[in-house]
Amino acid sequence: MNRLTYIGIAIAAVVILTAVFAPFIATHDVTAQDLANRFASPSGEYWFGTDALGRDIFSRIVFGARISLQVGITVVVVSGVVGIFIGAIAGFYGGWIDKFLSGYLFNVFLAFPGLLLAIALVAFLGAGLGKLILALCIIGWVGYARVMRGQVLKVREYDFVQAAKALGASNMRILFTHIMPNSIQPLIVQASLGMAGSVLSEASLSFLGLGIPPPAPSWGTMIEEARNYFATYPHMLFFPGIAIALTVLAFNFIGDGLRQYLDPKQRTR
Amino acid sequence: MKYKLLNFARQFALILLVIWTVVSLVTLLIELVPGSPATTILGETATSEQIANFNAKHGLDRPAFFFSYSGEEGFVWNGGNNRYADYWLGLFQGDLGRSFRTDRPVLDMILERYPATIKLALASMLVAIGIAVPLGVLAGRNKNGLIDNISSFIALLGISLPTFVIGPFLVYLFAVKLGWFSPTGSLYPEDIILPAVTLGAALSAILTRMIRSSVIEELGEDYVRTARAKGLSERKVVYKHVLKNGLIPVVTILGLQLGVLLAGSIITEKIFSWQGLGLLLLEDGIAKRDYRLVQGCVLVISLTYIIANSLTDFVYRRLDPRIRLS
Repeated sequence: MNRLTYIGIAIAAVVILTAVFAPFIATHDVTAQDLANRFASPSGEYWFGTDALGRDIFSRIVFGARISLQVGITVVVVSGVVGIFIGAIAGFYGGWIDKFLSGYLFNVFLAFPGLLLAIALVAFLGAGLGKLILALCIIGWVGYARVMRGQVLKVREYDFVQAAKALGASNMRILFTHIMPNSIQPLIVQASLGMAGSVLSEASLSFLGLGIPPPAPSWGTMIEEARNYFATYPHMLFFPGIAIALTVLAFNFIGDGLRQYLDPKQRTR
Repeated sequence: MKYKLLNFARQFALILLVIWTVVSLVTLLIELVPGSPATTILGETATSEQIANFNAKHGLDRPAFFFSYSGEEGFVWNGGNNRYADYWLGLFQGDLGRSFRTDRPVLDMILERYPATIKLALASMLVAIGIAVPLGVLAGRNKNGLIDNISSFIALLGISLPTFVIGPFLVYLFAVKLGWFSPTGSLYPEDIILPAVTLGAALSAILTRMIRSSVIEELGEDYVRTARAKGLSERKVVYKHVLKNGLIPVVTILGLQLGVLLAGSIITEKIFSWQGLGLLLLEDGIAKRDYRLVQGCVLVISLTYIIANSLTDFVYRRLDPRIRLS
């Protein structure tokens, strides 16, 4: 793995530890308002300054990591499991099942630009953490399903699968104990890139006012709140912006590094 | 020839099937609204008469679909007199319904704002190509060198930095500090530059990586050796031969990204108060809960996306004989 991958792993570790130990790292209550110190610049008291309501930006970013990771991990796990299952069924059974799933269903979900479908769903369902996660899972599963289908199509032709068939193993046994464990590698890359995508989508929807409602400290909401003041108080925009960029960058670095590591053709390039 | 026609018909049927599903999904999305659109728009204090009038005016008093289900009656067949059939009939006549708020035809509202979004999407594509082609070629020619590493890093940065971080940053630097552009709006022709760069940043990153890989792959081909052997300059080899072949996958990405740009422009339009379809969707549609308008905007963006993707697929097949012949 290249140097950028290790940098990615290090940043991701910092973000995860920050999210886990947020109550011990945060210096202030995330909703506490210090109206005498609105728009305060970074200082010893407020490390990253304060926002329009005098809330501590550092503490809000620390707790914001929790929201980002909570959304990211849930979306990756749920959409990953659903996608892997549907993709495996399509690839393994082939025939009309595959025609329906990959020829029709995948295309329907790919026919919407991802963010637009999430925006539409949240617009009609209403904002909130659960609905946001649901919307992101609905747009996310198809990526995993496509990769899994491709993998299963390849692996099912291998000798050991044919041998298992010849020994009389059931379809389910072949699929779950022989094919799936041998198809999972590229999905690790997909999950890492999916994590970056989910964090970005959560922040985007929150920025549009369709994600997690205030006063929850979502990074996207913080940037939206900073929008009217950043010309005079750029620190309000700078720190949450850096937090999102570094987190997304980290998971992209990891995904990219893993892809190169797992793909010998790219490794030599 | 017969096979070709059959293949084309199959592709076309699939596109129609996908369009039918997308329209159906968008039509039925309105059923997800908690409560009813009438109470959401008229407010809790609206009288039952006001609600009934609103529902009658927008056809909301009629069944949603061909059949409905209720616990007491089970499945009930509603016949053709339903909102789903209405929406389809309207669509065939170029009618997307009337806005719940302004009572104006939704299609008119969309057509007023759509050109601004298309203009922004095309401008951002130009920006992306302008950045990606030289950067990708340089990186590909200097594989694993310093320039390659720097361009790879810039590309990953472009993918990872969200538009709502890049946009305000550009505004701060070029509008507030340097005063070169207006921070928002589209009054002057040059006002498109900042939104286009913001929207095109991620695409330029994707294209740079793609062109780099293409250039590396093509440089190893036999025809490049032939071109060099006959004495062509390296510049001619790269720009006349390598780039021409290496750009084929780029065309695909550009086509596929048009839809992504249209969806992404929602955020960019919000940052720069760009009066396009995205801002219409956000400010007039979602914020004011004008669900009919939201339906229309989502439908138009999705259909554009599907058509752009299908055309890209078609062009790609024509461009690359390997795909055409297979």
